[in-house]
Amino acid sequence: MINVKNLNKSFNGKKVLTDISVTFDSGITNLIIGKSGSGKTVLLKSIVGLHEIDSGEIWFENTLFNKLAFKDRKEIRSEMGMLFQGSALFDSLTVEQNVRFPLDMFTDKSNEEKDDRVNFCLNRVNILNANKLFPAELSGGMKKRVAIARAIALNPKYLFCDEPNSGLDPITAILIDALIKELTEEYKMTTIVNTHDMNSVMEIGEKIVFISDGEKCWEGNKNEILNSDCEILNHFVFANSLAKQLKSTKK
Amino acid sequence: MFKFLTQLGSYFLLLKKVFSKPEKPSLYYKQTMREFVSLGLNSIGIIAIISFFMGAVITLQTAYNTENPIYPKYLIGLGCRDSMILEFSSTVAALILAGKVGSSIASEIGTMRVTEQIDALEIMGVNSASYLILPKIIATVIFNPFLTLLAIIIGIFGGWIAGTLSGVITSENFIYGIQYAFIPYYITYSLIKTLFFAFIISSVSAFQGYYVDGGSLEVGRASTKAVVYSSVLILMFNVILTQLLLS
Repeated sequence: MINVKNLNKSFNGKKVLTDISVTFDSGITNLIIGKSGSGKTVLLKSIVGLHEIDSGEIWFENTLFNKLAFKDRKEIRSEMGMLFQGSALFDSLTVEQNVRFPLDMFTDKSNEEKDDRVNFCLNRVNILNANKLFPAELSGGMKKRVAIARAIALNPKYLFCDEPNSGLDPITAILIDALIKELTEEYKMTTIVNTHDMNSVMEIGEKIVFISDGEKCWEGNKNEILNSDCEILNHFVFANSLAKQLKSTKK
Repeated sequence: MFKFLTQLGSYFLLLKKVFSKPEKPSLYYKQTMREFVSLGLNSIGIIAIISFFMGAVITLQTAYNTENPIYPKYLIGLGCRDSMILEFSSTVAALILAGKVGSSIASEIGTMRVTEQIDALEIMGVNSASYLILPKIIATVIFNPFLTLLAIIIGIFGGWIAGTLSGVITSENFIYGIQYAFIPYYITYSLIKTLFFAFIISSVSAFQGYYVDGGSLEVGRASTKAVVYSSVLILMFNVILTQLLLS
């Protein structure tokens, strides 16, 4: 479980996040949604410690993460996996080496054990016969899946995904969503997904937090989101004409 | 002035991060070996070509400026040797390496920054500054002195070829000149300068790349800044070190 309390963050005096308090539960897929520029990525990066926050608290279980020094954060970071918007695979390493990297860096396993783990993770995300390829030779969907394989290589307790569907076609996007949800349930991880894709919301949104202009405006699940009274949320959810038509039909 | 001091502070803070204890020395060793190839071995070609022609030009220019018969011919060889050892093999080679290696380091690390690869390392708990920069500094500081020695040898060889083929000096005179009044300390002086220059090139370029903020345009700018700042610092330290080591 991750607990965020009264988080504030600004850049060069410009406030980006204001007094965000939210709890992300384990074993389910937690979604942070909001339009582009609303502060989703800043919130996610603040939670994982890539941005230092101005004030507030970030608790990973019973540990106050944001007060820990860099070297003391390592223990919790070794339990984190993150899927970045652009996949962030290491260009100079092959698919296999990318997934193997955290194992090489943080475990004392034998080469055989590492190979087994790499192959297991790649099979788990349905990447077959691509071990020796470089990231530049992969499609967008494959890159995301390899990045997920790398993120789960160390059996993380926490999985963070920043716009996992950006740049993907709807079918591949649904496959990636399904994979994230399956892995979350399988490994009982606390998963936080940043997205503005309503397909993702309806597919995997077990807990949803809506952010607008750096403030938390609404919290609920995918069943509640369609019947919310929050005007800004409704404006976001029913943004396209198809959704507007469906809403009027429902009325 | 405030911006300069901020940058200077950030540079030293980065160096502090770079020289912290490595997470897994065996991985750093492998990374360093890769950098030896990428930053060291791959620079041999350009250093060899440039040194050869520099040696050739120094010889011809010295010959045309010492046509007066009161100057002994072997001075041409001596001039070529001392110019190559004292200045060209270390300073000019360092300026060339600032262009080749410096821009490569800045653009590589800068691209890793804008594509979130550095964030990915940080999330894993890896000290990204140390993992990415320390092997580059070690590789350049260890390998560049060999490039300097190579530049000296090839430069003098280039001078001998140009001098004898153009007929401005005989082979015997040139060889006598390069042996005449040889001061071994000049080699030490040149190698000490190279160590400083190698550190400047790798650390300043890595600093420029590591703090890139934005996209491909900023990576390009960082790469240019890396070359400009490294070159200026090399020239400044050339004066300081010369004063300290030769006075």
